[in-house]
Amino acid sequence: MSDERRFFRGFGVSFTQMFKKVTTEQYPEEKVPTQPRYHGRHQLNRHPDGLEKCIGCELCAWACPADAIFVEGASNTEEERFSPGERYGRVYQINYLRCIFCGLCIEACPTRALTMTNEYELADTTRAALIFEKQDLLGPMLPGMVPAPHQMVPGTTETDYYLGKVTGAVAAQSAEAEARRLGTWTGPQPDEEVTA
Amino acid sequence: MNSLLAADQASLAVFGHDPLWLVILKALVLFLGLVLLTLFTTWFERRVVARMQQRSGPNRAGPLGLLQPIADGLKLALKEGVMPIHVDKVVYLLAPMLAAACAMLVFAVIPLGPVVSIFGVSTPLQLTDFSTSVLYILAIASLGIYGIVLAGWSSGSTYSLLGGLRSSAQMISYEIAMGLSFVAVFLWAGSMSTSQIVSAQGASWWYCILLLPSFVIYLISMVGETNRAPFDLPEAEGELVAGFHTEYSGLRWAMFFLAEYVNMINVSAVATTLFLGGWRMPAPISTWWPGANEGWWPILWFLGKIMVMLFVFVWLRGTLPRLRYDQFMKFGWRVLIPVSIGWILVIATLKGIQNEYGSDLKTTLLWIALLLVVVAAFTFVLDLRRSDDEPERPAEFDAFAGGHPVPPLPGQEFVVTRRAAATIPAVAVDAEAPSEGGEPTHV
Repeated sequence: MSDERRFFRGFGVSFTQMFKKVTTEQYPEEKVPTQPRYHGRHQLNRHPDGLEKCIGCELCAWACPADAIFVEGASNTEEERFSPGERYGRVYQINYLRCIFCGLCIEACPTRALTMTNEYELADTTRAALIFEKQDLLGPMLPGMVPAPHQMVPGTTETDYYLGKVTGAVAAQSAEAEARRLGTWTGPQPDEEVTA
Repeated sequence: MNSLLAADQASLAVFGHDPLWLVILKALVLFLGLVLLTLFTTWFERRVVARMQQRSGPNRAGPLGLLQPIADGLKLALKEGVMPIHVDKVVYLLAPMLAAACAMLVFAVIPLGPVVSIFGVSTPLQLTDFSTSVLYILAIASLGIYGIVLAGWSSGSTYSLLGGLRSSAQMISYEIAMGLSFVAVFLWAGSMSTSQIVSAQGASWWYCILLLPSFVIYLISMVGETNRAPFDLPEAEGELVAGFHTEYSGLRWAMFFLAEYVNMINVSAVATTLFLGGWRMPAPISTWWPGANEGWWPILWFLGKIMVMLFVFVWLRGTLPRLRYDQFMKFGWRVLIPVSIGWILVIATLKGIQNEYGSDLKTTLLWIALLLVVVAAFTFVLDLRRSDDEPERPAEFDAFAGGHPVPPLPGQEFVVTRRAAATIPAVAVDAEAPSEGGEPTHV
């Protein structure tokens, strides 16, 4: 094509461009869903009965290249159990001013406790508000879950949880959670595990 | 010529009889209209150029973002006007006013419509007119350049000074071509008064068809004159720091902005008046609807034509990349001005023949002349493209002749050292050698 023809074709391009669909997204009014694997805000997942998956191992914090995660583990006791097994994450903080959303923490997590959601609206006016605590990060209570702390499903072990044999809370757990809510919880019955 | 002048005087008799209140009213309406049109134009430009880039443009303030210019204006008005220490205060403050005032003055002689009745007074829809009003437009446009030169000079900054110089060099260069493109219109219309040129176009074809080369030259030079893309070199935002108005901020900067946009509207109005039939509707519509060219309707046609011209400005901006300064100057001086002069020669000859022998020869000669001019312009452009201003240079090139290494100029070859000759195959050396005048090839 000669230079002259190319010159005039350019005008045609910009003219026809006017009648094409505008690609701008009207963001605050219309929220376009992200790709399903978009790296958004983190979530701390739960087992199907409501116990937390996090075991406080700090592998996520060690994997984090931006040093955005702070974890402090503690031991579960028979009086107060947050996760199946020995340990749970007592303190769990993610600083979203540091986080680079690389997802290395998710790769590091051995129990799939830490995953990422598609939520991206992470803006605030103070630095403190952008340090998310455990209660901000914990996933929602789905049907069949009762809030921790409570005992494991009677007769199961930690391994059963990871093998997916626990599918929801049982009556004993619901009763414990209700009693804790009402302040009438007196501690586990000594023979419960044996009888089940 | 005397008879022409007499005819001018006769038809210009409608001007100059307005009562004072009407003159003030017209001036006020023109001023307010220009400011509003400027606000609209900034919005229009941003929306249209956004659509050309598949964006939506300003759409937050008001319906369709129409209040965006108001928001911008308020922002500029409330901003601090920073005045650097080294400025020449009087000139620094005078320059933006000069630019804006000169831009506003042009519309005084632009005809917006025929004679109408305003509050019982029969008056033309034009502030004033006289037998040399197009020259007045050119003079005012030249005065406006002072605003830019003085702004650059008084800022006390090297960048502003250079920007001002670039602007004035560009505007003066393109004003020559612009002035020359008017000459054919003067010859054909037999008048330099804007209202006369409009009425002359009512009797014949529009001059954009009849005097096409003039129109094309005007279209190009008006873009250069208003410092708009692709000729926006003085304020090239990708390359320079704003050019002549580097040191201006707040309302004073807004004055330059206003002047630039009013100038855009001005050149569009001049193009409409001189080449697009002014406020008149063309023949098929005006014969079908005779009322189209009477009363207040013509203002609408005039504004419509201006909008088309403004769209062309935006279209150019959305399409073409910026020219290099030397290409731009070369184009102005070596293409536009010679082609203008050649075209004037043809038109003057034709007009002379017509005056001598009557108009039967007119059409044939016009087409012959058009053909000649097109051929001449084409060969001229071809020649310009072929001839390179490179001086003769020795073909052999010693990179270290000056004591330090320098790259070869076009057409020069590195000296083939013995070592290189031994390593490079003889065929490759031969293939390189005969390229005459081409770019040096490196192996």
